Formats: sequence, C-alpha cells, structure tokens
Amino acid sequence: MIAAPGPTPRAQERLLLLDPRAGRFRDARLADLPTLLRPGDLVVVNDAATVPGSLPAVAPGGERVEIRLLGEAGAGQWRAVLFGEGDWHTRTEERPAPPVLGPGDTLRLDGLTATIFSVWYPAPRLVELRFDAEGGRLWSALYRLGRPIQYAHLAAGLALSDVQTVYASRPWAAELPSAGRPLSWELLLGLKRRGVALAAVTHAAGVSSTGDPTIDRALPLPERYEIPAETVDPVGKARAARGRVVAVGTSVVRALEGCAAAHDGRLVAGRGTTNLVVSPGFVPQVVDGLLTGFHEPGSSHLGLLRAFVPPPLLDAAYSHAEAQGYRGHEFGDSNLILAAA
Amino acid sequence: MRIPGASALVTGGSRGLGAALGRVLAREGARVALVARGAAELEAAAAAIRAGGGEAHALAGDIGDPRAAAALAGAASALVGPIDLLVHGASTLGPVPLRLLLDTDPTQLERTLAVNVVGPFRLTQAVAGGMVLRGRGLVVHVTSDASVVAYPRWGAYGVSKAAFDHLARIWGAELDGTGVRFLSVDPGEMDTQMHADAVPEADPATLADPAVVAEQIVGLIRESEPLTSGARLEVAAMVAAS
Repeated sequence: MIAAPGPTPRAQERLLLLDPRAGRFRDARLADLPTLLRPGDLVVVNDAATVPGSLPAVAPGGERVEIRLLGEAGAGQWRAVLFGEGDWHTRTEERPAPPVLGPGDTLRLDGLTATIFSVWYPAPRLVELRFDAEGGRLWSALYRLGRPIQYAHLAAGLALSDVQTVYASRPWAAELPSAGRPLSWELLLGLKRRGVALAAVTHAAGVSSTGDPTIDRALPLPERYEIPAETVDPVGKARAARGRVVAVGTSVVRALEGCAAAHDGRLVAGRGTTNLVVSPGFVPQVVDGLLTGFHEPGSSHLGLLRAFVPPPLLDAAYSHAEAQGYRGHEFGDSNLILAAA
Repeated sequence: MRIPGASALVTGGSRGLGAALGRVLAREGARVALVARGAAELEAAAAAIRAGGGEAHALAGDIGDPRAAAALAGAASALVGPIDLLVHGASTLGPVPLRLLLDTDPTQLERTLAVNVVGPFRLTQAVAGGMVLRGRGLVVHVTSDASVVAYPRWGAYGVSKAAFDHLARIWGAELDGTGVRFLSVDPGEMDTQMHADAVPEADPATLADPAVVAEQIVGLIRESEPLTSGARLEVAAMVAAS
C-alpha cells in the first residue's frame, strides 16, 4: 500500500468498514463514524501527546549521533535507541550504527548532557540514559532541541503539531498514536450527541522500527499506561448494556487488554506496565472492535489486528484497500474493525 | 472547582498578578506550572513557591511564538499532570508610551494581537481537548476594562482585550455541556509593572495590591461552578465591597 506522504486535513479520510463476524467489508468515510456506531457504544482513545523524541547529540569521541527517546523510565531517566550520523531522510535500516558506547559514557546536547547508565547487550544501541537536568529545565530543553521521530516515507520534516491528536494531554508517546490523528472535535462531539460515550487511557506508545533486527524483533517493548477511574466505569456500563467498546488504535488495545490480563480479566484504575503481545489466538477481554490505520506487513500492529479478524478476511480487505487507493502509515486512511451484531 | 491537587498552568507567572495567582494556587494545594518570557525571574518565582512548601515549575516561553503552545502544554502536563486550570495572565500593552491609533505601527497591532489573542487561543486549543475528554476544566482569561471602554491611546491593547473577551464567550458556547468552562476576569487597576508602563504618573497608593486581587480571583475559581461559562466578571467591584 502507498504511504500517505504527510499530514492531511482532519476528518477527510476514507474509512474501510470491516465486520469480522459477518465476514464483510465496505467503503465508507470517517465522517460516517457516528452512524456506524450506536448509542451505548464506548469509544476509548489514547490521550498521550507525542514527545519530541529525536535529539541530536555528540558522542564522547566527537561522532554525531541521533538519540530517539522510547519512553521515560523515571525522573530524568529515559530508554532510548541511538543512531549514527544522519536523520530521518535515511531509511532506519540503512542508517550508520552509532559508536559503541557503555555505561558512564556521556552524550552532549545543546545545553544538556545524557549519561548512559545501562545497555541492552544483545543490541547495544538500546540504552538507558540519565539527563543532567529534570523537571522544568529538562522538559523545556527537550521541547527546544527535539523533533518528532519520523521515517523516510514522509516527504517533509514534521512539526510537533503534526503529530498531536486533538485531545493530546501528557507527552508519553514516542510516536503519534496515529489512529486518533484524523479525529476532529466536530466528529467527537457528534459521537457524544449520538449517545456514544468517550473515554481515554494514556499509553506510552513506543517506536515502530529501529532498523536493528534484534531490537525490532523484540518490539513492542514493555510500555507504561494509566487507566483513570473515569474510564473503568464507562467500560463496565457499556459491557453491562451490551454496548461495544471500540479502541482507537492498537495502543488502546494494549493498555486495556494488558490491564485486564494482569487483573484476572478485570479493568483496574491506575498505572501499570504491559508486555502483552496481542496476536492471532488472543481472546480480547475488554475490546470489541477498533478504529485503526493500515499497517505494514510483518508489523506488530498488523499481528494485533489478526486477533480481531480472521487472517484470510484481513488479507482480502487489505487487497481491496490497496486496489482502491487507500493510503497507509500514520497519516493514512482509517479501518474500523467492528462486528455489527 | 476543587483546587487542592488540581493541575494549573499560569502564563505571565513571573511578576504581577500572574505570579500572585501562582503563589495563591500553590498555597491552596494546586500543582502549578508557570510560564513567562524571562527565565531568571520566572525561576525565582517558582523557587519562592517551592521554598514555601508548594509545587511550582518554571517553563520559559513566549506566548506570542506560534510554536510555543504545543511545547508549553506538553511540558506543563508532563510536570503537573493533565491540566485542570489554565490561567491566561500574560499580555502585552503594545507600544509604550501608549499612542493614538493614527500613530500606531500596524505591525505593533499585529504583535499585540499575537500575544494577547492568538497565542492564548493556541494554548487553550492545546489544553482544552484533553479537558473535554476528561469532562472537566476551567480556562480563565485575565482581561481589562479597556476591553469595554474606548480609552484614547489604548487602541492596540483595548482591541486585543475585546477580542479576548469574545473568544472566551465563543469557547464557552461551543463547549457548553462538556464540563469545560471559561471565564474572563477584569482585575481592575493594580500596582504592577504593566500599570507603571501604561500610566507612569499614577499614584501606587490608589492601585490595588495584586496579591489581594489574586486571592479574590482564586476565590472565584473555587466557586466558579454556578457562573455562566464565557462570562466577564469584574474583581475591582468585589475588592471594593469586601
């Protein structure tokens, strides 16, 4: 499928409606969403804002490196992947490796330093860093120096505003929780008027690719999430009233199902970390359907969809979408996977 | 709204009314992120709050910079949590000494609108979506009587504040029923650097203490539920009556 080359106006996108139980799919528009859902359904979004996680730095030997922040591991501490010289214009798998670095090595940024304190030895580009600042000083510096993590399929550099949803809150996501990117408030308030409830989780979505096969095979890494009490109640209400719980994006599936898997199938309000990998054969406990994009073959996102859609049906739907010119990747079209009955 | 434990973002937080609001909110138990252009003065304001046992973070930034909103909203919510209260205290008088419209450079009017209207609009937009999802939130516009009275020589500022008042009304109308509310608050004439820049000949003894006005505004925030969203309120009348 052709990748969408960059951000497009919201709520213009096409939507493929895929009913896994009926074994059917049909073309629709994202703007039809309120009529595709029913009063009593619940839409759950990921309200994580996207971190400006690509940071230029200089290694102790003077080599230029790119730090890509994967997630916050504590105050002033981050898990990160290092790349050699260059930037997003080069495909990740063709990027030169960074110099070999170990605990105690310090990377210099403009007005900031980051010291490596642990290394993941199967692939030493995956590190944990400690910045020499925290609080307001660190966050101001990250927003001053950082750019959104992005890939070579896009035509131009992204602004931070390009990678935020209209409900973005805390900056926890390494990459845009992209399923929610095309949603406008016109559409979301339209859902509420229709009697569809809205709720949020915050999930620290990680990166989709590092270019290092050892790390990429391990994706998604454990990711932290927070489920507020204000979301646990409507999930219970929707299920009791036979409403459907629709996750906006694979990160929401991971947060809700990861939380349920850790608590005997029940949702519990609070923070957690999940290493749940949703794949064919997984039986969702909370989520009935999802609004998502079109994902690349072999990605963990596509594997997750196979827990909701029989693989032959998913393949047929993707062939149709490709023939009809649907766009893939983070600024592409939408796919609603939901059984009508 | 309930202030203890609330997450607050206050612009114009390094001096005058903004700094006083930050102090009172933190004293009442809010987690406060302060924004202003001058990093040193802002850090001192935040440090003073922390020394008093409150929680405050300094985020230097220029509200008039189009790139500032996403960064300030993101950094603030990383530090204090999803924002419950946004106070737009930052503003610029425009060209000083204040001058007639015939003598005002149009680019100065543009800059005044950028800081007093467009910048706050961007910041509200970056924060209010999350508030609507959570079903609660309050946005306070600090305004001026120059928004309703056509004072000669206050053209750039007065026009920007009139637009700012109307912005709060339209936000209020559009988000009616979502739990996210808007208020414009006119603090009256206060003994601040801004007032001295505008009216250098004024006698400070005739002006209100921003610390006193801040207490009134925080009282209003606490009891804001019954107020019409988007309404414009005058604090001067409350201070005089109390």
